[in-house]
Amino acid sequence: MNEHGHCDEMLLHFSDYIDEELGPELCKVLESHLQECKNCTVVFNTMKRTIELYKPLENELSNDVRQRLYKKLDLADFYK
Amino acid sequence: LDALRQSDRAEFAKLVEKFSSKIYRLALKILNSEEDAEDVLQETFIKAMKALPKFEGRSSLATWLYRIAVNESLMIIRKKRPDMVSTDAEMETEDGQMEPMQIIDWCCMPESELMTSETQKFLSQAIQMLPSSLLTVFTLRDMQGASIKETADVLDLTETAVKTRLLRARLRLREKLSEYFKERVETRESK
Repeated sequence: MNEHGHCDEMLLHFSDYIDEELGPELCKVLESHLQECKNCTVVFNTMKRTIELYKPLENELSNDVRQRLYKKLDLADFYK
Repeated sequence: LDALRQSDRAEFAKLVEKFSSKIYRLALKILNSEEDAEDVLQETFIKAMKALPKFEGRSSLATWLYRIAVNESLMIIRKKRPDMVSTDAEMETEDGQMEPMQIIDWCCMPESELMTSETQKFLSQAIQMLPSSLLTVFTLRDMQGASIKETADVLDLTETAVKTRLLRARLRLREKLSEYFKERVETRESK
């Protein structure tokens, strides 16, 4: 990765690029670097994939937990 | 808000209905324990109920509730896993250090190979290995879908600090997942 002078610096912008928080000039520099640097492309793509893998982890609130919450807050008469 | 401040029970019940799932999910992601997440859920609304008459409305109700929930979660981490608590000072000493890099291309593995129940378990365990300052930012932004600004407001950080921590959290998790998937990629390539 470090055989390209820009790699370390480019790495610092991966996250902002994914969040669309990077200015247009830096976007161009990063995109052009990713076209040339295979290792940075691997790191960038796997970082994006890491974020995607974490997104679907949803846990629903069970009725038991909800019921205990309403009871604790003395709101049992509002429990639906 | 006025009704809530005057301890209107029906209005408070509406607030609980609206935010309880989100608060519970946030705590569960930070703590990876249903029991602890339930404690955080209850404590968050008990504290909110007490503090509402004094709530000045400088932040949104959602931000205010998430802030209470994050602080409650951090208190549990401090008690149970003191080694996970990191301060800003500790973060600063890491400045300039480049994380070690695994260059393993696992991003295009088929979904069926990536998302096994074993992987799901690993994902939950991996975020627990992050220091609390990175864990809270990653959970709010990448798992709860909060914006950079909302994350900054909840954690009382600047947006720049949120971005810096987010980069570190993402790099560390990417690294852990790369180690985890390494064997599978090598097995696939040898076939």
